Amino acid sequence: MSDPITIKGIREGLLVTLGDGENWIAVSQTLLERIDQAADFFKGAKLALGVGPRVLSAADLGRLRDALSERKVSLWAVLSESPTTMNAAQALGLLVSLPANTPAARPDPEINPEEARDEAVLVRRTLRSGRSVRHGGHVIVIGDVNPGAEIVAGGNVVVWGRLRGVVHAGAPFTTLQGSSTDGDDGAVVCALDLSPTQLRIARYIAISPARKGEPKPEMARIRNGQIIAERWSAKGK
Amino acid sequence: MPGKVVTITSGKGGVGKTTATANIAVALAAAGAKVVCIDGDIGLRNLDVVMGLENRIVYDLVDVVEGRARLKQAMIRDKRLPDLSLIPAAQTRDKAAVSPSDMIRVCNDLRPDFDWILIDSPAGIERGFRNSIAPADQVLIVTNPEVSAVRDADRVIGLIEAEEKGPGYLVLNRVKIELVKRGDMLSTEDVLDILAIPLLGVIPEDEGILVSTNRGSPAAMDDKNRAGQAFRNIARRLKGEDVPFMPLEDNKNFLQKLAERFTKAG
Repeated sequence: MSDPITIKGIREGLLVTLGDGENWIAVSQTLLERIDQAADFFKGAKLALGVGPRVLSAADLGRLRDALSERKVSLWAVLSESPTTMNAAQALGLLVSLPANTPAARPDPEINPEEARDEAVLVRRTLRSGRSVRHGGHVIVIGDVNPGAEIVAGGNVVVWGRLRGVVHAGAPFTTLQGSSTDGDDGAVVCALDLSPTQLRIARYIAISPARKGEPKPEMARIRNGQIIAERWSAKGK
Repeated sequence: MPGKVVTITSGKGGVGKTTATANIAVALAAAGAKVVCIDGDIGLRNLDVVMGLENRIVYDLVDVVEGRARLKQAMIRDKRLPDLSLIPAAQTRDKAAVSPSDMIRVCNDLRPDFDWILIDSPAGIERGFRNSIAPADQVLIVTNPEVSAVRDADRVIGLIEAEEKGPGYLVLNRVKIELVKRGDMLSTEDVLDILAIPLLGVIPEDEGILVSTNRGSPAAMDDKNRAGQAFRNIARRLKGEDVPFMPLEDNKNFLQKLAERFTKAG
């Protein structure tokens, strides 16, 4: 069987890629043993970990991060093809992609920016302070977006809850191929309670006025060169 | 039944983690439970001072972890409450001297002998916080009715959820009821509106806390102190008792009302 773990040097430190097929407990244990065997070499290393399509929880990644930090190895990025794993890594404050012009763990699949724009991610939980959701397509949240959280979407943003963090719809998004779209003036942001710390659409920025009265569902869009928010009503739509 | 590990944390500093730890520990021990507190703030220890045990430290947590002392040697028993002990932090080292798995090991060694193991987490979300959270069965988040403290609490709750340590329970500290009434301070409802986790207790602002903290005799030891009473209620709720939330009006108003009633009746 081929080696389940490959280690190579990159500009930021070490890139460890875990082969497919092996179960997580076994492969992470093998990795730790490998590090123990060459403790001096790994001491103080910054590690980026490619986990392939594995679906991992934040607890899985947290345990490995703690085990690594006991060995004086710091885990700073997790590269994965699974959105669940990427979410978990982000929750722990780990990067989920290497900075530009670093050779990636695997060649990126061809992605057509137009197609990517039409994809949406659904977040079924409240985003608390410090969480960030970035996606080239649309972002839908069922839950609140608390102050200190941020959403950056290439497309539209819909929040079924209170939107109090920072939101950017129609953001100029860098695709995996490195090309950039210009931002989408036609993007909208809607929320049951639209009171973001700051609201951006494409290259426009607005802050919420102090709200009077009960929150009503609203939709923000660009009209005549500025961001406006309007009461959302079922009539005439 | 093996002991339960409860970590007290907050994100922001100065909101009353250490005071809450000391008072909840005293309240639990006074009600007959065996309690040990661990100071997780290595390098900036305080819990020993607040509990009035500073001058009895010989060994500390780092000595235990590094094998220079046995757990029993590092444990300081409170002479006022024989069921209450403290494992102090080292003052001359830093957070990296202890790892999350060290904390889990220490807590597992303590579980058979104690009902409650309370860990006083340091402020922040770095190593010391992770050390303190690692062994926790339950996490209490202390916050003040201030926007910045609530923001940090929200961040910490997110991290605790990510580590799959449950939603955490809220302790709202230093509430000034007059300011809330005037609309100048966040109310309990405002805070719960953002944080959306179960509320374990609300502690009114009380000068007695400052005095007792400086004296090293936690307010929960004093039967008459209102903040102490609030901490005793928290201890009972931790044990699973259903304790109604006490009104936040201060004592004077209450006595005045009582006096008014008497004059009316008389």
